[in-house]
Amino acid sequence: MRNEKATEDIAGAIRRRVFEHSIRNNGGYLSQACSAAEQFAFLYNEALNLGPSTRPMVPPPFSGVPSASNPDYVTGAGYNGPFAPEYDRLFIAPAHYALVAYACLIEVGRMAPEGLEQFNRDGSSVEMIGAEHSPGMEVHNGTLGIGLSTAAGLAWGRKWKGEAGKVCVFMSDGEVQEGQTWEAVQAAAFHRIDNLWAIMDVNRQQCDGAMDSVMEVGDIAAKLRQFGAVVAEVDAHDVGALREAAATPHEGRPLIVLAHSSPTQGMEFLRRRFPRLHYVRFKSDEERREMNEAIAAELGVAPVNMGVH
Amino acid sequence: MEMVNRPYARAFESYAVQHPEVLCLSADLTSSCEVDGFRDRHPEQFLSLGMAEQNMLSFAGGLGLAGFRPFLHSFGVFLYRRPYDQLMASIAYPRRKVRLMGFLPGVTTPGGMTHQAIEDISVMRAIPNMTVLEAGDATEVESIVAEADNVDGPVYCRILRGSVPRLFETPLKIGRMRVLAEGSDVLVVTAGITTEEALRARGALGRAGVSVRHLHLSTHKPFDARQVVEHAASVRHGVVTLENHLVTGGIGSMVAEALAEAGLSKRLVRLGLQDTYAHGGSRPYLMRHYGLDALALVRGVERLTGQETGITEEDLDAVRVEAVHSVVKAEAL
Repeated sequence: MRNEKATEDIAGAIRRRVFEHSIRNNGGYLSQACSAAEQFAFLYNEALNLGPSTRPMVPPPFSGVPSASNPDYVTGAGYNGPFAPEYDRLFIAPAHYALVAYACLIEVGRMAPEGLEQFNRDGSSVEMIGAEHSPGMEVHNGTLGIGLSTAAGLAWGRKWKGEAGKVCVFMSDGEVQEGQTWEAVQAAAFHRIDNLWAIMDVNRQQCDGAMDSVMEVGDIAAKLRQFGAVVAEVDAHDVGALREAAATPHEGRPLIVLAHSSPTQGMEFLRRRFPRLHYVRFKSDEERREMNEAIAAELGVAPVNMGVH
Repeated sequence: MEMVNRPYARAFESYAVQHPEVLCLSADLTSSCEVDGFRDRHPEQFLSLGMAEQNMLSFAGGLGLAGFRPFLHSFGVFLYRRPYDQLMASIAYPRRKVRLMGFLPGVTTPGGMTHQAIEDISVMRAIPNMTVLEAGDATEVESIVAEADNVDGPVYCRILRGSVPRLFETPLKIGRMRVLAEGSDVLVVTAGITTEEALRARGALGRAGVSVRHLHLSTHKPFDARQVVEHAASVRHGVVTLENHLVTGGIGSMVAEALAEAGLSKRLVRLGLQDTYAHGGSRPYLMRHYGLDALALVRGVERLTGQETGITEEDLDAVRVEAVHSVVKAEAL
């Protein structure tokens, strides 16, 4: 299942799929696909050691929350393969990237394209903000800043048990505004949790707009190093550089790859919306048509046929 | 009455050494939660997470995913006030087998507002998937460790530390309340340290001609509403609840909900903290000042029956020998 396609091709396909979905549904997390497409493609196509999906290609409907009276409850982790000592585990800490994650699952053959038709539909498990039961998700991360801590706990446990599999977190730079992120880094360093690594989409954007206008966070790399992490900084859109960064030795410490990205990569037309890129909604049919044509041209595809739903 | 020194320390250690999947987590309150000896003797089973409770709770969720059953040791307040979001998302929702050991419940600490867990039962019982227990004596502190670890999901426990009286001979069992007296005038419902107060009051009330039916709760959730209603229905006047907690959301609320849902028309007097914070002070002072002690219970019973008993402080049985208080180290932080 792995490496049948080039990671760059998968990244391009993720952008196209998220674009088409957003045009059809009058908006979406377009910018996250721009910044993170290579990162998701890299994780699923190369970096992570994952077994084949254990879940249906078309995700089943929402089947209830965890409770003592719901013994058949399962998370969406099965889309990342079975739990086995040798396999890696992935947490997608900013669950707002769910649309990008689902698009990636489709491109790497873990979910059927029809699965995305259920995105944000009532009664569906393919939720807008990825939930535990959403494809590719193992824990709730919609509250930002808890992902790295959870991963550190799991990684400590896996190391203690002698499991070879690593724990990886996809993070967002906005999460460094949360104090818990720093608690997690110091704890991972203190307990020498080195089967833990993260890739952080440093796109300098957050819900209110550009991060520097919302809350300046200073030099993220220097701060992470001070808290005890090994840090590698790369161009998020250079797959070769991501490959090299992920191979950085980090014995006794967690590794955090800062993937410096553009929030409009591949869809420069979105610059017109800067700095409000968190969720792109069309203000009029006219704007939707204009964006459909302009971005389709950038992505090298035909505009989405608006008659087809 | 027998006083037992540090029952939690012994009980946790003897249980944990037999269960390697049990981990001992602490957030810089290791000796304050009586697990310093365990840390020193079993460092491989101990994790220091520092003063960083938000990370500790999510980290514990991750340990749960890895198949461990972490016991988190801190003061009750620190396990839910700051890290409430983490408690919800990383522990309660996914039903991780995390055991939250909350020390210094209610006014058992002189630490004032920041240290006194006065709304923890209310908060915890509102959380889906959560089990809520409270130890009321040394025997319950000893037995709560294994009992909590049997829960298929997260559990919050109110734990007593230091020198703890032994009131009961049989271990705490989840879902099983103790019927301590079967009188016919008034039903008294207590838990934790207020049970000892009720034991003091009962003797005097009996001599004054008030027949008390007394229930001791150690399981707040799941709450056995049916049994409480049956006991309430069997007494003449009504119910008095006495809790080391706000009356809102705690035992008083639980009993009120049970009576209302059953359609049982009985008067209810709820004793405990009345929509107020407490301040720092000794436990006897705080229990007197905020109306959580034996005398407050007597007055509550009088309010319910409408009859003065004539009972004064001197009449109350000294179930707990005063001399014991003086040799116990003041509740250190």
